This record gives sequence, structure tokens and C-alpha cells, in this order.
Amino acid sequence: MTHTSPSHADYNYTVVRQFAIATVILGIFGMAVGVLIAAQLYWPQLNFNTPWLTFSRLRPLHTNSVIFGFGTSALFATSYYVVQRTCQVRLFSDKLARFTFYGWMAIIVSAVITLPLGYTSSKEYAELEWPIDIAIAVVWIAYAVNFFGTLIKRKTSHIYVANWFYGGFILVVAVLHIINSAAVPVDWLKSYSAYGGATDAMVQWWYGHNAVGFLLTAGFLGMMYYFVPKQAERPIYSYRLSIVHFWALIALYIWAGSHHLHYTALPDWTQTVGMVMSIILFAPSWGGMINGIMTLSGAWHKLRTDPILRFLIVSLSFYGMSTFEGPMMAIKTVNALSHYTDWTIGHVHSGALGWVAMVSIGALYHMIPRLYGNTRMYSKSLMNKHFWLATIGTVLYIVAMWISGVTQGLMWSAVNADGTLTYSFVESVSASKPFYLMRAIGGAFFLTGMLIMLYNVIKTITAPNGSLIEEEA
Amino acid sequence: MDYGTFRGIVTVGMLILFIGIYAWAYSPRRKKSYDEAANLVFADEQLKQKDKNQEQSTHE
Repeated sequence: MTHTSPSHADYNYTVVRQFAIATVILGIFGMAVGVLIAAQLYWPQLNFNTPWLTFSRLRPLHTNSVIFGFGTSALFATSYYVVQRTCQVRLFSDKLARFTFYGWMAIIVSAVITLPLGYTSSKEYAELEWPIDIAIAVVWIAYAVNFFGTLIKRKTSHIYVANWFYGGFILVVAVLHIINSAAVPVDWLKSYSAYGGATDAMVQWWYGHNAVGFLLTAGFLGMMYYFVPKQAERPIYSYRLSIVHFWALIALYIWAGSHHLHYTALPDWTQTVGMVMSIILFAPSWGGMINGIMTLSGAWHKLRTDPILRFLIVSLSFYGMSTFEGPMMAIKTVNALSHYTDWTIGHVHSGALGWVAMVSIGALYHMIPRLYGNTRMYSKSLMNKHFWLATIGTVLYIVAMWISGVTQGLMWSAVNADGTLTYSFVESVSASKPFYLMRAIGGAFFLTGMLIMLYNVIKTITAPNGSLIEEEA
Repeated sequence: MDYGTFRGIVTVGMLILFIGIYAWAYSPRRKKSYDEAANLVFADEQLKQKDKNQEQSTHE
């Protein structure tokens, strides 16, 4: 292989910069809404008796803006960056790149307007109404054409493993979104699902769990496979393991969705399939985690001084923890305790804050200075402060939800000798109350870290080219 | 062929496919090309070094 690749100036960094900045801003917005609704559960009067500030309308706004605003912008930014640098070519089309940025931002703005107004298809993580769904499909296909077009015109003989994960994520999300959003419109802002009853529930959770599996896992694993080796300055621990990891992960995830519907009207065998596949999924998940963490073997000392590596490695630890917790919660007997409790919310946030947000933050801290002609962030000490706020915030959040969730599960299933329920529902609510305060504090810690990041990012992108250069290690 | 037999064959087929992927990924013949692929992450930096330091030979 010859290194006749173009210089950095030939890459399209404009779209990467746009999405990188959008990631930080939408992250702060989505997490601020999250902190508000967490506080509403402790101080209900915080909805100010205003319909569009109620928990029911802001909760989908929170999930949509963190998943599709923050997380997906991070994936757009890093995938466009990684595919160009590992294929050593400019993006397939600058016009399509610009279209995906402005198109995606228009979709986020329409979500921010329609969700508080109460327009919802009521499918979790797919609440947006049908005209927005069509826009998502169009932008996503443009993204796919641009990404795979870049792979096709690559100058390298290999397609680096990060691009396999990004490619898998882009393809599967297109399929999931189009199938699950199929609906019969009644008017411009109201539609009914194309599926009925238990089938609709199964399609929804096939979508819902694979949104986790492909958007929030495969996509971010693509990020991990580029930024962990890059920041650690050593190649991935085992390239072979990464290939087996990829095929095993995508082959298994697609079957796990029915574990969201244990003890429902779904046929028993379908629930069992979801449970078994979820347990097997533990193997590729941990294979990937070990592959990422072991990349640091022989270079562990770097963790002492490098906050970016700390973010990346701690994100992998949370990934390992939540991919152990997930299969365990998919076991029907455990699910009988955990389902419908705060434990589920804790599990989601150990993945969302600990894994998805931390790996994105690490990747952004690596990438942003390089997009603006520098090699390091404005302030290392602010990155360290951000790291500790994010870690402590995440731990406060998930510990609060574990205690609250297990308490709820035990109180709801407790029965007296005569078969009557021991506790009324409201008794379990007041038992959870202190933990709702603890959760809101954890979320506020995490949000404060993001605000510090914003300041650090502004200082970095306004610094002159070449003024922030890493001192020789 | 009844449905149960069909499912059994599909399951065995998937198992063989996975073992095939595993054997393919871990075959010693592919080691060199994987090492090249794993170093793609650093290809850009090698380029920059080459520009700075012409006599330094880069790994082809």
C-alpha cells in the first residue's frame, strides 16, 4: 500500500465541524430537559401548570434530543471524519454532506416544536409524526449514499473495522426506521400505525431495541475502534477479534427486542427467543469491550495523564457493566422484579451517560482541536473537571435508580398472608422520592460537565491555528 | 419438510457459518493484511512525518 493520500486540507471538515458543534449544543439542550423532568419528579410544581411543560410531553423531547440530537450528531461527525481519514479520500459528495446537516437540524427543530405541543405517534423513541418520519428517511438515505460512496472511492485496499460498524449502523437504522414508522395518516399531524395489537408491539420493540443495538451501540463501537487506538497511539488489541465481534454482534442484536415484552400478550416462545438471544449477546459485547480496553495494555500509565483516554476507557467500563446488566435483566425471572421499575431507567442511563455520552465526549475532545488546525484542547484541567463531574454524575444517577427500582419491584410484588397487596402504589412512590432527588443531582453534575466542555470548545475553536500543540510526550 | 426440521437446519447452518467466519478471521494467512488494516488509523500521521522528515522510511 502506498501513502499517496491527499493532505488534510483535501478532506471535507466543514460538515464534521458543523455536526461536532451541534453535538455539544444539542447535548446541553437535551440533558437540560432531562434535569428539568428529573426535578419535576421531585418537585411536581415545576411543570408550572403549563401543558407543554408537563413530564408527559417533555420526556419524549428529552429522549429525542439526546438520542437523535446529541448522539446521532456525534455519529454523523465522527463517521464523516473517520471514513475520510481511514479511506484517505474526501467525502463522496459535499452537497449531500451539506444536505444531511441542514436536513438533520431541520428534523431536530421540528421535534422540538411538535413534541411539547403534544403531537406524537406514541411509539417510544419513534414519537415523531409521519411527515417528520419521511424527512428522516430521506436524510438518512442521503447519509447512506454519502458514506458508502466514500467507501467505494477509497484509496486504501482495506475497509477499516470502524467503517464496518458505522456502515452496519447506517443500513440497519434505515431499515428499522422505515418499517416501524409505516403508518396510515389521518391528517398532517396524526397517523395510526400500520400494524395492530401484539404485532405492533413486537415491531415497535424490534425497532426500539435495535435503535439501542445499532444506533447507540454499533455506531459508537465504530467510534471506539477509531478513537481508542488513535488516542492510545497503538493499534487495536486484536483486529481478528474485531471481525468476529462485528459479525456476532449484528447477527444477535436483531433478535433480542422481544425481551421488552416479557409477560405480555406476545407469544411465550417469542419472549423466550428474546431472552436467549439477549444472554448470548453478552459474549460479543464483552469481546468488544475487552478488545478496546486491552488496546491500552503496556500503556496503562497514559491513563494517569490523559483525560481523553480516561473518558474512552471509562466509557468502555460502563459499556461492559451495562451489557452484563442487560442480559441479566432480560432473564424472565429477573425481569419479573425489574420490569416497569426505575431499574430500567438506571440501566438505560448507565449505557446512555456512561457509554454513549462518555465515548462521544472523548472522541470530540480528540477531534475538535484537529478540525481547527491544532492538536490539543484549550484546557486539560477543564477536561479533567469534566471527567470527574461526568463520572460522579453517572454513578449517582444509576445507584439512585438501582435502589429505587429494586425497592419498587419488591414493594409491588409483596403480598400479605391472605393474598392482598402489602403496599399501595403511592407508598412505593414516596419510598422512591429521596432517590429522585439523588438522580436529579447526578444529572445536574453531568450537565455541569457539559457546560464546562462548551466553554473549553469555544476557547479551542477561537484559538489561532497552531497555537494549541501537544507538548512532545 | 415440516417447520421444526426447517428451523433445525437453519440453526445448524448458522452455527457452521459462524464457525466459518471464526476460522476465516483467525487463519494465519490473513495476519499480515490485518496488521496493515489495524495501522490504517495511523496512516495520516505517517504521511505528516514523511513530509517533515524525508529520509525517514515509512512502512509500505
